[in-house]
Formats: sequence, structure tokens, C-alpha cells
Amino acid sequence: MNIHSSAKSFEILSNLLEERTGQTLSPERHWRIQTSLQPIMREHSIPDIDTLVSVILSNANRGLETDCLEAILNNESCFFRDQASFALLTGPVLDAIRQNKEKEKRLRIWCSACSFGQEAVSMAIALSENFQKWNGWNIEILGSDVSNQAINRAKKGLYSQFEVQRGLPIGLLVKYFNQVDQDWQVDQKIMNMIQYRNYNLVSDNKFVGKFDLILCRNMLMYLSEDNRLKAFQNIEKALNPNAYLMMGSAETVASYSSKLEPCQDYRGFYKRNLT
Amino acid sequence: MKSCLIVDDSKVIRKVARHILETMNFEVHEACDGQEALNSCLENKHDVILLDWNMPIMSGMDFLKKYRLSENNNDAKVIFCTTENGIGHIQAAISAGADEYVMKPFDRTTLESKLQIVGCS
Repeated sequence: MNIHSSAKSFEILSNLLEERTGQTLSPERHWRIQTSLQPIMREHSIPDIDTLVSVILSNANRGLETDCLEAILNNESCFFRDQASFALLTGPVLDAIRQNKEKEKRLRIWCSACSFGQEAVSMAIALSENFQKWNGWNIEILGSDVSNQAINRAKKGLYSQFEVQRGLPIGLLVKYFNQVDQDWQVDQKIMNMIQYRNYNLVSDNKFVGKFDLILCRNMLMYLSEDNRLKAFQNIEKALNPNAYLMMGSAETVASYSSKLEPCQDYRGFYKRNLT
Repeated sequence: MKSCLIVDDSKVIRKVARHILETMNFEVHEACDGQEALNSCLENKHDVILLDWNMPIMSGMDFLKKYRLSENNNDAKVIFCTTENGIGHIQAAISAGADEYVMKPFDRTTLESKLQIVGCS
């Protein structure tokens, strides 16, 4: 393999990824392209990255470009990801939201980078586990992702044995899932609480409504500075006053928003101020 | 240092689990069947027990029932780790006092996740 031409191919794929999804892939993470595209290259009998990029650029196979970009996207997720943060979320943070919205009794949550849906399902299960607190409330959960393939999988609500063993306590598996051969199907009552849609947080301008809580974890870190700013502008627009944003524990709003203030007692949470 | 008892008649499974647990800083004990596990629990206080279902001499389920009825030292977190992956087996294990359930095959991430869920990571 020609190292120089491969480097050029990686750059072309990185640029395509950023153009279509807003996500960047730094040269140090180009290994990810090689690894994630291997199955596609095998399927199409394409010997190397350079040939793959040639086929994509020749427009000979439009579906191939989409399949490649979908494969490069990081869809890593698990149920109740980051247990300590999730405990804060389902404890004091949701309690505060409930107090704010007590009169209206309407709760809207947006899992804005939901991948295969584990986070949205975890939210719906957590709320169902506290049914007494939320009795009589109108609850809506929106799960969105830039990957169409991920959203199509999320809509099925079907998870492998490996997936349900990551973060999901066994008692909740038995209570909210049905076994289908080797896989596990989310109970319809939980699925009915969630709407899924394909959405690009960077470039989609369609207004998806106002939310009391937005979860955006471990996604913004893959965006360039400019795209991160655009994503924060979209998030700000979609947050009700006094609503919360939950980010990954290693992420920060930093200087991207003047409307989001860090919650001193809850690491990773930000509150939309009233301005 | 937390203590984990691995109960499995497969030497390979015990070796793999021991490797994972030792890198997580657990003190690891091993037993080949339920009876050996009961004996170990009389001599040692374990924080968590990783328990196979099908074993000679005494099964994991028989061990769990006897262990939970022990007068002392019966409160370790018990994680079943078995190829019995049907919902009926899972429900029976929970009823008998299991805290978690790992369906084989499993990997390091799965085991870490289950140990975290039971508060033993």
C-alpha cells in the first residue's frame, strides 16, 4: 500500500465525514477509518482504502459512500451509561425539573446523540421505575442521531445479549424486556414513551421543540470548534428556561455558551439561565 | 482489597475470570463446585461470588440456596455466570437470591459492568 496516497484517502474520507455529519476525525484517529471500513471492503471485494475512495469519488456507488460514513461514526453506547451521573440525573436533577413543572405536568427529554437508543430506553425505564412520582404527567422522550442506520436500529428496540449486559441491571432486563431467541426486545410500553428521528445537531435547522432536559454525551468532542458552536446554539434554542443539559463527564460547555451555567453540585450538568 | 470467589468447574473460565479480577485489584479465591464454595465461605468472607450454574457434586443453584440460609457470612453479592440464558433460569436465580446474572459468553466489559452494578467495582 502506498503510504502517501493512503494518507490522502484518509483525508478525503475525514472531509466527507465532516461535510455530511459535522464530526471530525483527527489524523491520530485515522486507524478508526481502516478498522471500521474493513467489513465493507470485504463485502465489496475492494482491496484497500485507496481503491475504496476511488470508487466513492467516481460516484459509481452512492450507497457505498453513505455506508462508509455510517461505519466510521462512533455508535458506542450502553444502558445507564456512567452510573454515577445517571444516578444524579434520575435523582436530584429530575426532582428539580419536577418541581419546576409541577403545574404543567409535562416533561420533555431529548437524547440528542442516542446511537442505538440505549440512553433513551434507560431514561424511559428510570421514569417508569419512579411511576408514583410521575403519575399523571405527560412524558415525551425524543431520541435522535446523525446516523440513519443507528436510528433505524433504535426504532426496533431489539438488543443483543452483549448489549443488554452493559449497564442494565438484571432485574430491569427481566422487567422491561422480552427474550426473542438470543436477543432482547424492549417492552412496548417503554417504546411508546420514545420517538426516534434522524437529526444532525450541527446542520439541521428544523425546530424540534422545547425541552426540560437535553442529554448530549460524548458527541460534541468529535466536532470541530465551529461545528461545536453551532451544536450549542441548537441546544440553547431547544432548552426551556431552567432546563438542564447533561454532558459527558469529560466534556464542558466552556466558552461555547453564555446561557448555560454549570451546576456546582452536579458534575456534567448545566442549567439554562433565564436570559 | 475486595475478595471474589470464582465458582466454576471449568479451569479455563476460572483462569479468564481470575485474570480480569486480579487486574481490577481483587483478591481471588477459586472453587470447582458448590460444596467447595460453601467450604470456602466458612473460611473466608467474600465480597462477591461469581457462580456457575451446572457443576458436579453441587450445582450453583443448590449452593446459592444453602449459602443464603447460612446463619453467618451469607451476604456476599452473588453474580450467576452461566450458559443457562433463558428467562426462566434468570428469574429462578433472582428468586433464590442472586444479585446479578452474566450470560456466557462474557467479556471484560460485561463483568466490569456487573461488578459496578452490585457495587463491587
